[in-house]
Amino acid sequence: MKTIKRFLPYLILAIGAIIMVFPFFWMVISSLKTAAEVNTTPPTFWPANPVFQNYSYAFSKTPFPIYFRNSVIITLACVTLTLITTILASFAFSRLKFPGRDLLFSTLLALMMIPFEMLIITNYRTIVNWKLLDNLLALIIPFTSSIFYTYILRNFFLSIPDSLYYSARVDGASNWKYLWRIMVPIARPALATIALLNAITCWNSFLWTLMVTNTPENRTLPFGLYAFMNSAGIRYERLMAAATIVIIPMIVLFILFRRNIVTGVSRGGLKG
Amino acid sequence: MSVMKRTAASEQPRLTARTFLEPALYLAPFLIGIIIFTLYPFVNVILISLKENYKLLTGEFSTIGFKNYAQVIQDPNFLNGLKNTGLYVLFVVPISTVISLLFANLLNSVKKLQGLFQTAYFLPMVTSVMAIGLVWKWMFNYDYGLINFGLSLLGVAPINWLNNPLYNLTALVIYGVWSMLPFTIILLLAGLQNVNPLYYVTARADGAKAPMIFFRITLPLLAPTIGLTLIINMIYASQVFSELFPLFNGRPGSAYSLYTVVYYLFDAFYVKWKLGYAAASAVILFLIVLTLTGIQLFIQRKWRNY
Repeated sequence: MKTIKRFLPYLILAIGAIIMVFPFFWMVISSLKTAAEVNTTPPTFWPANPVFQNYSYAFSKTPFPIYFRNSVIITLACVTLTLITTILASFAFSRLKFPGRDLLFSTLLALMMIPFEMLIITNYRTIVNWKLLDNLLALIIPFTSSIFYTYILRNFFLSIPDSLYYSARVDGASNWKYLWRIMVPIARPALATIALLNAITCWNSFLWTLMVTNTPENRTLPFGLYAFMNSAGIRYERLMAAATIVIIPMIVLFILFRRNIVTGVSRGGLKG
Repeated sequence: MSVMKRTAASEQPRLTARTFLEPALYLAPFLIGIIIFTLYPFVNVILISLKENYKLLTGEFSTIGFKNYAQVIQDPNFLNGLKNTGLYVLFVVPISTVISLLFANLLNSVKKLQGLFQTAYFLPMVTSVMAIGLVWKWMFNYDYGLINFGLSLLGVAPINWLNNPLYNLTALVIYGVWSMLPFTIILLLAGLQNVNPLYYVTARADGAKAPMIFFRITLPLLAPTIGLTLIINMIYASQVFSELFPLFNGRPGSAYSLYTVVYYLFDAFYVKWKLGYAAASAVILFLIVLTLTGIQLFIQRKWRNY
């Protein structure tokens, strides 16, 4: 009885974990099957003869290499720019004193409630006016400031003791030096969380890409996948190979940085 | 929070070139982005919603009034969207929160394999709606899909999830719950880790059983986190839309009966170019979410006082 009680949580967790991971497993398994094997009943849970032709099809017969390159470019650009604006703003909101600081910060928090879809009409016009339609810059420029990440990082900065700041100032360090030499290195776990969440968002962005790009040269992976779905018809083995290509890079990043997420969120001030 | 109070209470610095210039420089890159791509569009969408026959590129319009709103709330597609979005929120948010509570609690209690389990439970967070939505579309497939195969093992006849309008919403809800679990579990787990372990030690010493500990200690202490989670998930779920692209090839359900509010917005804006309608529906959605959040915060405050 005692052992059952001890192992029950593990059993429930294991069943749940299998359900969570199963779609990924099924995606990869299906991508390694031939067209004939994909459409069999009952389904096979391991490919009889794993084939890689679906991947070579995606990379040679479709613009997936271009999509991949574009996704990498916009993700790197978005994450870098967002980190810079977030670090600078969080420093001002946590360490510098200026009139109206807390009022400004609360106003920004209220803006966080606005759904992105509400903004697309005007943002679309801005992009048209700036002549950036069907240009990779249109996928980067609107996404360089994030209130949510600034909120997380500002709270993390506030948890760094004041004494550190004053001793650095006594030693003659300017605010600028203090920020980059001391605060940023200390905040590395929070920054890793922000970079990871931001990379996932940029990499997966779909709706906006659908609206502001219209040639394959400027599409990113999710929209490329959608175009592929509409043109390739119902060839699930190929679609699953393409989906795997879209998902794998983020899974790798995620496994590398997962450790930071829970601590990042809990220290980032969701303490109720 | 104590830190913020302290700095707010300390004397406000007077506005001088130095106290203004330095913060302004640090804030400029961030604020410029927010003003151009969040604040201005937010104000502008409200203005557009009041302009009749608004043309996006020239900015021309005929008159100002509430006619767009009157048209939108009579549009059967919008009402359909409102109904479906409401049902989606009503099912997905409570179901995913209850399941997440169970798993977050278990994840917090086990000593071994934590890293492995966390990786498994958080994994769906990384995925694009498009890519994993396609996988779900494949699993929902009528003839060869895994879900119908599983049902056949239980003796249930195959269900036409994606092509029979009766089951479209159910399919969307199943996928929605699955994809909402990781973030919900993370929020709740973070909340649980901030609960003082001493409470549990004391309760156990007093001979309290696991269910009692959960309902008498964990749940009340976690209430603020749960409230926050419900608000975030509700806001997120009320924007349900992209999921329709992989599942139904970009259509709102197999018989155009699964409009959601945001799909209506997208359709009015990007397909039909009725900008006033799109803007009005956006404002209505925002007001609904705002009201629900307000009600929830109100209830939560009452409850906590009690």
